Amino acid sequence: MKTPATTSGHALDWNRPPVFEAEGEGELLEVSMGPHHPSTHGVFRMDVALDGERVVRLKPVFGYLHRNHEQLGQSQSYLGNMPYTDRLDYFCSMTNNWAYALAVEKLVGQAVPERAEYIRVILAELTRVQNHASAIGFLIQEMGASGTPLMYAFREREKILDLFESLSGSRMMCNYMRFGGCRVDPSPAWLDATRKVVAGLPKFVDEFEALLSSNEILMARTQGVGVLRPDLAVNAGITGPMLRGSGVNYDIRKVDYYGIYDRFKFLVPLGDHGDVFDRYMVRVLEMRESIGILEQALKEVPAGPIMDSKAKIRGFRPKPGEAYGRIEAPKGELGFYLISDGSPNPYRYRVRPPSLINLTVLEDMCLGQNVADVVLIFGSVDIVLGEVDR
Amino acid sequence: MKSVEEIKTAIEAAVPGAGVKIIPNPGPSAQHSLQLDPRTAIDVVRFLRDDPELALDFLSNVTGVDYLDKEVSEKVKVTRPVTKTVDGVEQTVEETVEETRKHTEPGYLEVVYHLFSMAGKHGPVILRMRTGNRTDQVELPSFTPLWRSAEFQEREVFDLFGVVFSGHPDLRRLLMWDGFKDHPMRRDYKEPDDFEYEPTAHDEVLARAKEHQASGRGPTVTVEAKQ
Repeated sequence: MKTPATTSGHALDWNRPPVFEAEGEGELLEVSMGPHHPSTHGVFRMDVALDGERVVRLKPVFGYLHRNHEQLGQSQSYLGNMPYTDRLDYFCSMTNNWAYALAVEKLVGQAVPERAEYIRVILAELTRVQNHASAIGFLIQEMGASGTPLMYAFREREKILDLFESLSGSRMMCNYMRFGGCRVDPSPAWLDATRKVVAGLPKFVDEFEALLSSNEILMARTQGVGVLRPDLAVNAGITGPMLRGSGVNYDIRKVDYYGIYDRFKFLVPLGDHGDVFDRYMVRVLEMRESIGILEQALKEVPAGPIMDSKAKIRGFRPKPGEAYGRIEAPKGELGFYLISDGSPNPYRYRVRPPSLINLTVLEDMCLGQNVADVVLIFGSVDIVLGEVDR
Repeated sequence: MKSVEEIKTAIEAAVPGAGVKIIPNPGPSAQHSLQLDPRTAIDVVRFLRDDPELALDFLSNVTGVDYLDKEVSEKVKVTRPVTKTVDGVEQTVEETVEETRKHTEPGYLEVVYHLFSMAGKHGPVILRMRTGNRTDQVELPSFTPLWRSAEFQEREVFDLFGVVFSGHPDLRRLLMWDGFKDHPMRRDYKEPDDFEYEPTAHDEVLARAKEHQASGRGPTVTVEAKQ
């Protein structure tokens, strides 16, 4: 393989992936990975060009799950769109609800009662734990460890989804948050059940780590694979565990302190090398930090109303204006941008999908790697196609 | 974090003739934005990114907004001479009448950018750019050479709104297929009756069935003709 040369022809400082050339003529093999490849987590396609085992070009192809979510959101009322946000990242409907509720609350200047803030934090951190556990489970599954780690993760996820079900009525499509609070008040029994689940989580993470973190195969397959430089990560708008795996300290919970995140003590884990292993490790450590937040929050859930008494539900018409609200979702920065023209429907409703934007650097990470590692690198991005294609 | 007015002053000091306008946000979120002139936009955003104090290194969100052509009617007071018969004598009197005049304000496409700083941990700074109209003057400069994060998002705005980003290295549709004609996020978008964009074998079967029926030998079941 020749040395990579950068693309020329762009006058500006364009941070392009390097271009590789095959050694002989006509030796490139073009492979279409997906849309039904089992490792693509849904329907997603990568146009890959291979020189032997090595990737020389990779172009992601989107849109197989596109349903014009934003146009749907503009065709109905603000509240009517809440259940649709569940379907974006269907692993983390609670955080989707929260991000949307946060944006609308910014748009109308709505306050949220304290009890609802605590419940939101608890649900978001539970979501983060189950999302990271499953993401790691899928990553290991793609490495060939068929079943066991994924089933360990899903066992724990099932406990958390049971909590979601008993609170909201649905395991995955929760539709739980409202503008100015939450839909139902959790009972003391639910809080006790949550405490019990949370008390069991550290043991699960210990077990998970004992099984995986020092595993020789995992280290050999992931260390030094799919390296993402921090400067490119920032320039490409990467957020979430992927950004922090590259060593950039940026966690929206610590930057914006939205909700009541200023009240909890937690650390932001950072990676050193920006490879697949660091992304794996950051997720494991974030699970531990989330469990810490959960323990703090569950100790001090205050009594009180779950909905703000001034919150308007019928005839909800925000004054003309716009707002951008964002949260640290398990996959990265999930933002909602809303423009109101004073009517009951949003004039413009936009989702900033972390999964799609984190895929910007997929080609940069995969170039020069073996085709078997593409599956791992892709798995370490942690995407959900419902959010990528919207 | 500087206010929008301070950022505007800083831009005007760094890029002479930048033509930046403040677009106030009347809502409670008070996220005011800056409207850029497409001709100087690249210099302005390069300053915003590289200025050590602002250091807006993180382009988080790129999106489009569609504003339709608007018919505006306004009441105008017009003074004109009128001939009147007063007391049997014809006189020319000046009279002021209120008239309603209608004109069409051309619509435009707007691209909105949300910038944050990862180094300084502040934001958002909101930028907007407008096209000339919705049909033939839809070109805006691409920010992808400065921020890779705009690569897919500008492709999405091109796909769903039809804004053409000049200087984008790989401007293709992102979510719809390449042969698709319209821009589905526009406010006047009408979905086609049939999404089959190329003839299929099924069409031939239907045509043959129709012919067969027309000959009088076919079954009496009616087959709906395909448009």
